[in-house]
Amino acid sequence: MTSGTVLPRKRRVRPVGSHRILTFKINNRDVSSREDESILAVARQNNIYIPTLCHLDGLSEHGACRLCIVEIKNAPKLVPACITFPQEGMEVSTCSERVIDYRKKLLEMLFTERNHVCAVCVSNGHCELQDLAIQLNITHVRYEYLYPRLALDGSHPRFIMDHNRCVLCLRCVRVCDEIEGAHTWDVMNRGLDTRVITDLNIPWGSSETCTSCGKCVQVCPTGALSEKGKSVAEMVKRRQFLPYLQKMRRWEEE
Amino acid sequence: MAALRPRIATVWLDGCSGCHMSLLDGDERLMELAEKIDLVYGPLVDTPDFPEEVEITLVEGGVSTDDDIRKLRLLRKRSNILVSFGDCAVTANVPGMRNEFRLGEVLQRAYLENVSWRPSIPVAGVPVLKPHVRPLHEYVEVDAFLPGCPPPAMAIWYMLSELIEGRLPELGNRTRFGA
Amino acid sequence: MMLEEFNQIGISERERQQAYRYHLRVCGAAGCLSCGSGELKEALEKEVDRQSMTGQVEVKSVGCLGLCTAGPLVQVEPGGVLYQQLHVSDATAVVASLASGPAAGLCCPTDQHFFSRQTKIVLENCGRIDPERIEEYIACQGYTALYRALRELTPREIIDEITASGLRGRGGAGYPTGLKWTTVSKAISENKFVICNGDEGDPGAFMDRSVLESDPHRVLEGMIIAGYATGAHTGFIYVRAEYPLAVKRLRKALSQAERLGILGKNIFNSGFGFDIQVRLGAGAFVCGEETALIASIEGRTGRPRSRPPYPAESGLKGYPTLINNVETLANIAPIIRHGGDWFSSIGTEKSKGTKVFALAGRVRNTGLIEVPMGTSLRDIVFEIGGGIPGNGTFKAVQTGGPSGGCVPAQYLDMPVDYESLAGVGSIMGSGGMIVMDQSSCMVDVARFFMEFCRTESCGKCLPCRVGTAQIHNILSRIASGFGRSADLAAVEELCDLVKNTSLCGLGQTAPNPVLSTLRYFREEYLSHIEGKRCLAGSCLVSSAREVL
Repeated sequence: MTSGTVLPRKRRVRPVGSHRILTFKINNRDVSSREDESILAVARQNNIYIPTLCHLDGLSEHGACRLCIVEIKNAPKLVPACITFPQEGMEVSTCSERVIDYRKKLLEMLFTERNHVCAVCVSNGHCELQDLAIQLNITHVRYEYLYPRLALDGSHPRFIMDHNRCVLCLRCVRVCDEIEGAHTWDVMNRGLDTRVITDLNIPWGSSETCTSCGKCVQVCPTGALSEKGKSVAEMVKRRQFLPYLQKMRRWEEE
Repeated sequence: MAALRPRIATVWLDGCSGCHMSLLDGDERLMELAEKIDLVYGPLVDTPDFPEEVEITLVEGGVSTDDDIRKLRLLRKRSNILVSFGDCAVTANVPGMRNEFRLGEVLQRAYLENVSWRPSIPVAGVPVLKPHVRPLHEYVEVDAFLPGCPPPAMAIWYMLSELIEGRLPELGNRTRFGA
Repeated sequence: MMLEEFNQIGISERERQQAYRYHLRVCGAAGCLSCGSGELKEALEKEVDRQSMTGQVEVKSVGCLGLCTAGPLVQVEPGGVLYQQLHVSDATAVVASLASGPAAGLCCPTDQHFFSRQTKIVLENCGRIDPERIEEYIACQGYTALYRALRELTPREIIDEITASGLRGRGGAGYPTGLKWTTVSKAISENKFVICNGDEGDPGAFMDRSVLESDPHRVLEGMIIAGYATGAHTGFIYVRAEYPLAVKRLRKALSQAERLGILGKNIFNSGFGFDIQVRLGAGAFVCGEETALIASIEGRTGRPRSRPPYPAESGLKGYPTLINNVETLANIAPIIRHGGDWFSSIGTEKSKGTKVFALAGRVRNTGLIEVPMGTSLRDIVFEIGGGIPGNGTFKAVQTGGPSGGCVPAQYLDMPVDYESLAGVGSIMGSGGMIVMDQSSCMVDVARFFMEFCRTESCGKCLPCRVGTAQIHNILSRIASGFGRSADLAAVEELCDLVKNTSLCGLGQTAPNPVLSTLRYFREEYLSHIEGKRCLAGSCLVSSAREVL
C-alpha cells in the first residue's frame, strides 16, 4: 500500500444493539448512559425531574415545547433535553435559575395562546398542562391572553376535538402515524394559525382514514381531545397501552 | 382592641361569587378568623363605599366594565395588599369565555336571541362592557394570586393567616387553575 | 467533450460577437423588465431593422446592469455609454446615436461612484452576457474552472483552495465554506447531495434573484465543483416560486449544460457525473432555514428540526448534504480560476472577497452592488448610493432583514464585515440593505419586522410561535400610542426568551430588529409611550390619554 493516502478505516463492527457507554454529570451528580439515550431519559432514570409536554414515552421526539430545556456548562445555547444526547464529561444543569425562569415564561406563554379555561374543561384535574403549572409554581400569567376564536369538531361519533385546549404537542399526529399507522392527523397553516387537522382538513367524523381507535384521545395531554359524554373534570386519559404496545412490537422485531 | 386588627375588604367584580362561598366554607375557622380581623367592606358587609386604609383586599372576578376599572383603581389606592382572588380575577376564566367573540355578538345572543319576552339590550343604568374581560393584573399591581375555581377553603384560610401575620404566602402548591 | 471542442465554443462565440460593430445590451432582469425593458428591446430590434443596421448591431438581453433605480437601462458597446429610463419612443434616438455619438439627455453618467467604487467578482458577467445562452458564458471563461477542477485537481486540492480563499457563507451566518465542504467530504456515505439555497426571503433583498437571472451558469458551475469536491452526484437548487424569471433561466441553463455534456455523466471525460434538479419553494420564509429547506425538498412540510445532526452529517433523505447559498456558489468558479490567495487578498482579515448588496430604501441609487468586504457603510450609502434623496438626513441602515438590525449614523465609518456588523447588534445577512432617513419611525420598523416573523413563524416551537405574536402586540400598542411604561422592559424580556429558547435560526434571530432599535433609538420608543408622539411623524399615534 502506498504511503501518504489515508483510506477510511473499516468501522469496527459491534454486536447488534450495543452502544458506547459514557459518563457525565446532571446537577453535579455522576450518571452513566448509553450514547443513544437522551439527557431526558437519563435524568428520568436517576429520578431527576425535567418538565416535558410534547415528549411522550413510546413516541418519536418532537422537540417543540421547549419546556425540557437544560443548561450545559460552557455551551452558549440552552438545549432541549428530549433531543439532546450526552457527551462524555458533559455537565448538565436541569434546574439553574435561568432555566427555571425560562420554563416558567414558556409555560405562561402557552397559557396565553389558546383559551384554556380549566374550570369548564373535561380534563380539569387530569391535565398535564395544569399539572405543569403546579409543578412550576405558576399562579398567574404575566403575558396578555390572545383569545383566539377557535372551533370545536364534534363530528366524530365517539370523540371531540376542541382547538381551544390544543397545545400543538402533536402527540396525536405522532401516535396516529407511528403506532396506529393511519396518519389521520396532521398539521396545517403556520405560526399562530397552526392547527391539527384530520385528513385534508375535513370534519373528523367524515375522515376515511380514521380507525376510531382513540389513541390520539388517550395521549392528548389536555382536554383538546376527549371522549364524548364526559363532563367537566371527567376525562381521565388511559395511556397504559403505549409502553405495552411498544414492548410487544420490540419483541416482534427481535 | 379592635383598632389593631387588620382591616380586610372583599370585592366582587365579574364573577359568580363562588370564591366568596368558598371563603364561607371555612366553617368553624371563620369564628377564629373573625377574632383576628375587621371585615370592613364587601358583599358580606353593609357599607356603600370602599373605605380608606384597608390592609388586605381580596378581589373576586375579572374586569369587564369601565365601572370595574374605576373600582379596581380606587381599591388599589386604598389597600395595602391586593389579592387576585380566584380564577376569574387571575385569568378572566369563565367571564372571559366571551372574549373570543365580538361584544355585539355576545349581547345579541344573550339579550335578543335567547330571550323570548321583550328582548332588548340593556343600556340605561348598567355599566358599559369592555370588549374583553381581563385579569386584574393587566390593570393594577397585584400582590398575591390565589387561583382556583373556586380556591379551596383551606388555601384561602392559609393565605389569610399568612397575610395577617405579615408574610406573603407561597400559594402555587396549595391550589391550581380550575381547582 | 474534449477541451478543443469546449474551447471552440468560446472561440466561435467571440467571433460571432466580433462580427457586430455595435452591441446594445438591454437589461433583462426583473427590475428593468417590470418597467418595460422587454418592449424596449423589441423596439430597438425593429429600429435596427428600419435604419438598415441589421448585421451591424446586436441587440441582446443581458442580466442586471445594477442601477435599478434608473431602469430600463441599455448599455452600448463599444464605448460603454449607458442610457437610463428609456422609453420605447427613445429607440430611434438610441440606434441613431450609434453612429452619431451619445444621445444627450438619455445618458446615465458612468463616471459616478456607483460604478467606479464597485469590485465585481460574483457579478462580473452581470449585464455583459445573455443569461439564456451558455455560449456567452463559455466565451467569458465560463466552465473553465470546472474543467480545471475535474481534470487537474483532486477534491482535496479544491477544498484546500476554497479554505485558503477564506470564503464564508453568503447566506447570512458566515460559516467558513471550506470547513463545510471538508465536513461533507469526510462523511462516509454511499450517497451525498449538494443543495443551492435560493430561497431568498428577506424583505428588500434581491441579490440571489439577480445572480440567478443574470448569470445562472455561474451557480451551476459552482455546484458541480462542490459536488466533485465533496463526493456528491446530485444537486438541488431550491428557488422561490416568486422568482419565475430566475426559474425559467435556471431551467434553460440546465438543459443547455446537459446538452453540452457539462451536466450528466462523465463530465469533460473525467469520469465524474453530476445532475441538478430545480425545486420550487411555496412562499415560506422559514424554508431558507436549512433543515426546513431539506424537509421541503423531501416533500414534507417546511418545518425545521433541531440540529445536531447537521445536514453535513445527516441531511436530505438522511444523507450527508452540503447546503450553500447562491452567492457562495457563485464565488467558487472565480476562486478556482484565480486561486484562493487572490480571493483572500480582497476584503478584511476575517471576511474575504466581495459582497453583493441589494441597496434599497431612502437612497438615490437603489440597485445591485458588489463591494469588497470592509468597505465602509458611508461609502456604500453616500458614495455608491449617492446619499439620501431630497433634503433627507440619514438615520440608519437595516442589514440582514428580519434577522438583522439597524445600524445608526454613528457607525457609518464602520467597515462592513461579518464581525463588525455583529458587534453593533446586526448581521451581515444575505445582503439586503435598506437605508432609512428621518421619515422612518424605528418603532414602526421594528413592528414591521416582528409582524413578518410572526406570520412567517412555522408554528412548531412555542417561543417563536407565541413569543413573536406577543412582542408584535406590544409593539403595535406602542406604535399606536397606547404604550405603557412597563412595555419596554416586557419587550426586552420577551426578546430574550425568544432568542434563547427558539428551535431554529428564524426564532433565535427574530428579536434582533427590535433589540437593535431599542439599543440605538430608545428615545423614539419613549416618545411614543410617554409623549404619545412619533418623532418621525409616520405613526398614527392616538391622542388618547391612557388606555383603560
